[in-house]
Order: sequence, then structure tokens, then C-alpha cells
Amino acid sequence: MFDVAIIGCGVIGAATAYTLARYQLKVLVLEAENDVADGTTKANSAIIHAGYDPEPGTRMARLDVLGNRLAGEICERLDVPFERNGSLVLAFSEEEIPHLKKLYSNGVANGVPGIRLLDAAQVRELEPNLSDRVVAALYAPSAGVISPWEYALAMAQVAVRNGVRLERGSRVTAIRKLEGEGYELHTGTGDYQARRVINAAGLHSEEIHNMVAPPSFHIQPTRGQYYLLDKSEGSRVNCVIFQCPTKLGKGILVSPTVHGNLIVGPDAELVDGDDTSTTAAALEQVAELGRKSVPSVDLRASIRNFAGVRANSDRGDFVIEEAAPGFIDLAGIKSPGLSSAPAIALEAVELLKGTGLELREDPDFVDGRRRPRFKELSEAEKRALIAKDPAYGRVICRCETVTEGEILEAVRAPIPPVSVDGVKRRCSAGMGRCQGGFCGPRVLEILSRELHRDPTEILKDKAGTVILTGQTKQGGN
Amino acid sequence: MREKTYDLIVVGGGPAGLAAACAAWEKGLKDILILERDQRLGGILNQCIHNGFGLHYFKEELTGPEYAGRFVKMLSDTGVEVSLDTMVLEITPERRVHCVSSKGGYRVLEAKSIVLSMGCRERTRGAIGIPGTRPAGVFTAGAAQRYVNMEGYMVGRRVVILGSGDIGLIMARRMTLEGAKVLACVEVMPYSGGLNRNIVQCLQDYDIPLYLSHTITQIRGRDRVEGITVAQVDEARRPIPGTEIQFDCDTILLSVGLIPENELTRQAGIEMDGRTNGAVVYENMETSLPGVFACGNVVHVHDLVDFVTGESQRAGAAAAAYVQRGETPPEDPLEVFCGDGVGYTVPQHLRLAGVDKAVDVFFRVRRICKDSVIRVTSGAEQLAAYKRDHMAPGEMEHIVLPKALLEKAVGQITVSIEEVTA
Repeated sequence: MFDVAIIGCGVIGAATAYTLARYQLKVLVLEAENDVADGTTKANSAIIHAGYDPEPGTRMARLDVLGNRLAGEICERLDVPFERNGSLVLAFSEEEIPHLKKLYSNGVANGVPGIRLLDAAQVRELEPNLSDRVVAALYAPSAGVISPWEYALAMAQVAVRNGVRLERGSRVTAIRKLEGEGYELHTGTGDYQARRVINAAGLHSEEIHNMVAPPSFHIQPTRGQYYLLDKSEGSRVNCVIFQCPTKLGKGILVSPTVHGNLIVGPDAELVDGDDTSTTAAALEQVAELGRKSVPSVDLRASIRNFAGVRANSDRGDFVIEEAAPGFIDLAGIKSPGLSSAPAIALEAVELLKGTGLELREDPDFVDGRRRPRFKELSEAEKRALIAKDPAYGRVICRCETVTEGEILEAVRAPIPPVSVDGVKRRCSAGMGRCQGGFCGPRVLEILSRELHRDPTEILKDKAGTVILTGQTKQGGN
Repeated sequence: MREKTYDLIVVGGGPAGLAAACAAWEKGLKDILILERDQRLGGILNQCIHNGFGLHYFKEELTGPEYAGRFVKMLSDTGVEVSLDTMVLEITPERRVHCVSSKGGYRVLEAKSIVLSMGCRERTRGAIGIPGTRPAGVFTAGAAQRYVNMEGYMVGRRVVILGSGDIGLIMARRMTLEGAKVLACVEVMPYSGGLNRNIVQCLQDYDIPLYLSHTITQIRGRDRVEGITVAQVDEARRPIPGTEIQFDCDTILLSVGLIPENELTRQAGIEMDGRTNGAVVYENMETSLPGVFACGNVVHVHDLVDFVTGESQRAGAAAAAYVQRGETPPEDPLEVFCGDGVGYTVPQHLRLAGVDKAVDVFFRVRRICKDSVIRVTSGAEQLAAYKRDHMAPGEMEHIVLPKALLEKAVGQITVSIEEVTA
């Protein structure tokens, strides 16, 4: 019997696991996919928002501002790429200035540090490549860009290192209320019992909720499509550039990524389930709106289009509540969910306390995480690392200068990758301009060797994403 | 940690680097080092196990590995050093080469001259933005070729090729011979991007249909590719509604262009040409950085390795001359301009002092040209004219301009195409 079972290991599940790992608790995390951070967490704008968008008084307002602060501390401790490059919301006409003023007063009420309104000249000085039509902007220095999958992975890794059990490929198909307290969770890999359950199932959180309680919210999957541009475009802007928000969301942003690329997107479109396909029409619209902010952006430098689906709900705010005795929903975590994640985890802890779960700090808890990033080291550090382990002298991904040593380190760390994209999320191999054209076969070879699996068993990403269909010289069979 | 200064460091041990190193050795350079990131020399030729290489240079038909093998053999008779499994991280304007390898660690090597021969990479799905899902089963043709020819694994059973570049055409045949069903080759342009001989030998001989002016408008399949939609495109390359064809395939191979791999070149501050995506070069393949030369697909994408060899030998010989005789005296070079119908030229600048008897100028046309004349002009004066029955963007063109003729030029020459109307 586990004390707490967390369903879902996106950034919300991971943050909750990381937060609970400091207590003397038996914690289980059940992830449906073969890797953590494989849903909404891996496909979004990768922004830690400052916190001026949500209406004052909402959970989103409080948790965004707190989550933003906590993100800085956690990323420092866990060696997660995060940079507070600030954000700008642009006004293209006098009519939009009241929007900026409203966001400004939200920001002040929500406690966003350093927020201020800039006139056209001040904006230009900060961002020379913006459209001439910009008349004013709202500047929030605490906004930043992050590696969202590494954020979730790092928190999950520290949790696992401190005794949290993670089961991947374990989709919860049914939940049974136990006599007395607790629940039994049925998955394809076995049944698990837990005294408390946390529903962090993202797009699937409504299904999970409805297994134990009457329907109380509805998830409206909302797809957003993006362009990811080559690093040659990465310094086109310095800050995260937003336009004035609309009913559907914060609108199209143009931003450097923490990895040095440029991201343009997303649109917002209601879809069924987790349909992450891209469409020509939406991408065209994204391109047009991106150029509205930054006319010189060169979309021919695109290295990838992708789409992510946000778990928007029919409630205006995050759904963070006890849905049934000992069963807590962390649902409808739309934007600013990534920003709020560690604060949402703290809310979950408070709710768990409210259910009578005793929380005693674990004196053996070890925080912190470091991973080598060859490319970012000085010449002397590179020399030393190769001298210590020659695998760091073998560059596998040449676009991103990722060495075999880093891939082996990822394979040996808690929560090892089981797919080529899993390696990409852990050490950036294949994230560059050739998109794994060169390193894909080499990463596959390393995974096959290290995981003792036949090359045909190595996946691109999720279960079923077979890369090689067999050996040659078999007559096509 | 100071290491010895090489006469020449060659970055990349594919066909270009091999030919450059051999030529520099022949011209008398002694301390030559090839840095190759792979575990063997030969570059992309190692995975090109089909024949058709060497018809021009060796006057016989070789496979890719055989062609590379000839040069590896030649190299083994020289004193050229080779450092395999070695990645160059940076080249400085002072000709210091930072590189890493498991064996050698982190090294900073000094060179009196450098030849850049890093080759090219393939354009990807992300660069052309094919809408749809992002399942497994979408490969660049070169990556698929590596899996099939070098690793011995199949990448799929029912295949559609997007783009009619040579690697895609070769892979259509290769996959067929390995028992896969190649359903179609789809090309967005109204003409093929590959050599005519490959259209005949790789598609027509196997009854694989070629859809010109078509493109993939949607990819379906959650885990692995399950199908695609192909549609005809208009002159602006936009899909025409109502022309959709569905293919039930599990694999897409992309042969949609090659991009010279010039990250090191840009980082060194060398002047680039936006048309070739390679360095701007002089008649002897020298870049804007004196003593640094470039050759092969890193300068412009070639169709035939034979021409890579010729160009690289000139680069290697020029590197030797640079080390032995010093810099080419500064002079105002002749600029080579692209006139009507010409997409780019290599070289882009000509220094007459560097031209012995004649200079080779390579270029590609921008459209299919029948019964045409290649005109070389300087100002109002026509310097030369060459007749061609047929030219296509998929086939590199080549003219030889005698020095005597160039001496008549003032400041620039322009290469342009004129269709002769009957």
C-alpha cells in the first residue's frame, strides 16, 4: 500500500512527486507513456510567465507568481536551463493601450516584481527588431524561458533517487475505492493500492476524475501549433514577445528558447483528444501573426513544426480540490500551468494534509542534480572531462555538440531514456538543425548497446513508434 | 599546451578532403593532417553502394566505397596523417583548429593553411513544413540509406519518396531491391531535381511513378506513418484542392535538398554566399580568409563526385602554393555575376594573377532551358557564348574561361542564359 499515488508524470505530477519526496511517505507515480514529460509538458511555449495575465484573486494569479519564483530556485538546484529574459506585451495602436494598463494593474495586484509600461522609444531600445507599429508595451522582467521537459525530468529524477517509485507504460484504466480508506488503481502493468491519489493526468484528468467522482469539470483540449527556428534566428528578439491577449489565450508569441532557437506560436484551436497534428492553415496564420510582431523573422529557417494540446477546462481557474475522500484533482492545468507547477504541488501537499495524511520530513532527503553539458564547458573543463572519461571526446550530435559521454550519463541516470526522442529530451542530441539526420542512427546504436535490445526494438518516441522494421536481405519480410 | 604547426589541416575526410590532401602532398607539402569525424575515411561515399561513380575521373564505373577506396589507397602511399573519430569544434581566423576525440582529447592545432571539406547535410521535414502528425517512419533519404546499406536494417515496407533528388531516386531502387514496395516519387517542381539517368534507372526501370508538380499535404498515423495525402500544386507551389491522392504507406523518405554544412565557416567569420549556402571563393577555391580554402559540397552541392574531386585537387594544390609561395598578391578581383537564368556561380571572384591558362566556372540554371546559349559578358561586351541543347537545375553546368578572354573583362563578368527562339 502506497501512501500517495500520483497519476501522470508531466510537469505537474513530477513537481508533486518532487515535493512529496521530502517527506517520509511511500509515493508511486504512474505514467501512461514510456517516458515522463511526454504530453503537454513537452510541447508548449516553454515560458515561465511573470503572472500579470490571470485576474487578481484567482488561483492562477497566486500560483503563477509563486511558481515563477520557485522555478528560479528549483532550476538552480536541479541544473535545469532557465533564463529570466523578461517579457513584453505589445500594443500596436492606442486602442490596445487600455489592455496593457489592465494587465499592468493585474500584475501589480498579483505581486509581479518589476513590471512597468514602456513607450515606443523604450521598447525599441530593448528590442530593435520589433514592428514599427508598436506604440507601447508592458515589460515584466521576471518572465523567462525554460526547458520544460528537463524541468519535469529533473524533478522526477530527484524524486526517484529519493525513493519515489515511477512506473512508466502504466495507463490507469480503472480505479476502485477500497473499504476504509484508499483506492486500487488498475493499469496494464499491474494493480496498485494507495491511501491517497493525486490526479495529474493532464488531458486525461477528466476521465480519471470520473472513475471516482461525479463529473465536475470538462477538459477542452486546445491545440497550439508552432514553428521552431534555427539558432541563426535565435537572437532576433531578446525577450518573450506577446501580443495583447484574446479570448482564446495569450496569442502568438515570438521568443528565444532557452536552447538558443526562436519559437513562434501558438494558435488556439479546440480539438478532440490529444490530436497533435499540424495543419497548413494554422501554421500560415501563426507565421502571419509572428511577423506582425517581428517583421524580419525568417520562417524559412524553420527546423521543426509541432503542436501541443493544452488541457483547458470549462472552469475559469485551475481545478485543485479534493474530488472524493483522499482523491485530489490537479486538473484543467492550462497556461500558466508550467509556470505554476511547483506552487500547484505545494497546494496539493496542503490538501493532502487536510485529508489527515501525516507529513514528516525525511532527514535522508537529498536534493540537487547536476548533469554535464559539454558544449557549455570551458576549454580547460572540456580537457579535464575527456581525460576523466574519453566518451566525452566523441561527439555524437554535431549540430548541438552532444557527446557520447552525455548520452551514457543520461542512460545511467534515474529514469533512463528508452527512445531516441528520450535521449533528445535528456541531452539535446537531435534537437538541432539536422533534426537527428546524422545522429539518429548513432543514438539508436548506443541505446541498443546500452539497453541490451535489438536495434529493431529501439523506438523513436512513444510505444509503437518503430524506426526499423527488420533486417535487410529478408526478401521484404 | 602547444602542438606542432601543420602545413595543411583538412577538415573532413570525404571525397573532397581526400582529393585535396592527396593533391597538396603531390605539390610537396609534408605536414598534412585530415580530421574526420567518422570512424573511417570516405564520407558519404561509404553508404553509396550503387555504381555510377568515377565515369569522368577514372573513366570506369565504380561504387561509392570503391571510389573512396581508390583515394584512401592513394593517401596511404603518402605521409598524410589522419585523425579519425575527431570532431572539429572551432576554427579561428588565426587558423587554429580546436578539435576533440576520445583518443586525442581536446587539441588546439595550428595550420599554415586549411581546407574546409565538411560536405553537406539533408533538408528535413521541419525545413519544408509538411503538415500532419509526427510519427516514426519519416526519414531523410540519406539517413535511410545509412540504415539500409551500412547497418543492414530496413526502414519500412511501403514507401513514398518526397523529392526527386538523386539520393531519393537511388533509395527508391534500393528499397525495391530489398523487397519494399515503393509507391511513388513525388516532386513539387515541374521537373526532377536529380540526374536524368537516375530517373530512368531507378524509377522507370521499376515502374515507380513520378508525380511532378505534386507534394505531400498531410501525414497520418499516430505511432508509425499510416498514410499520406498527395496533391498537385499550382505555379506558386500551392496545393490545388480536388487533386488529392491517398497513399497507404508506412514510410516517407525525404530527398528535398542538401545544405552545405558551414557552421565552422560562419563561426570563423568567412564571407558566405546566400545562394550556394557555401563560402564565397576565388578561382583557386580560397575563401575570404587568406590561407583557408574550401571544396566539394561544403561550397556548393555537386551532382557527381568526379567534379568534387577536380575542384578539391585545385583547392589542395592552391593550399600548397599558399604555404610555399605566400599569399596571392592583392588585386581587385573580377566579380562573377549571375545573369538571367543563372542561380549561382562558383567561383564568385576571379583574380587574374591566380589564373594560369583558364578557369573553370560552375553554375546551375534556374529553370529547364532547351536550345540555349550561355553568354559570358562584361558590361556591354560579349566575351564568350556556349551552345547547350538542354540544361536543367538538377544538373550542374560547367564552362572553361581562358585567361586571354578574362583579360578583356572590366571589373566583372556576367554569366546568363538566353533561350534561342526558332
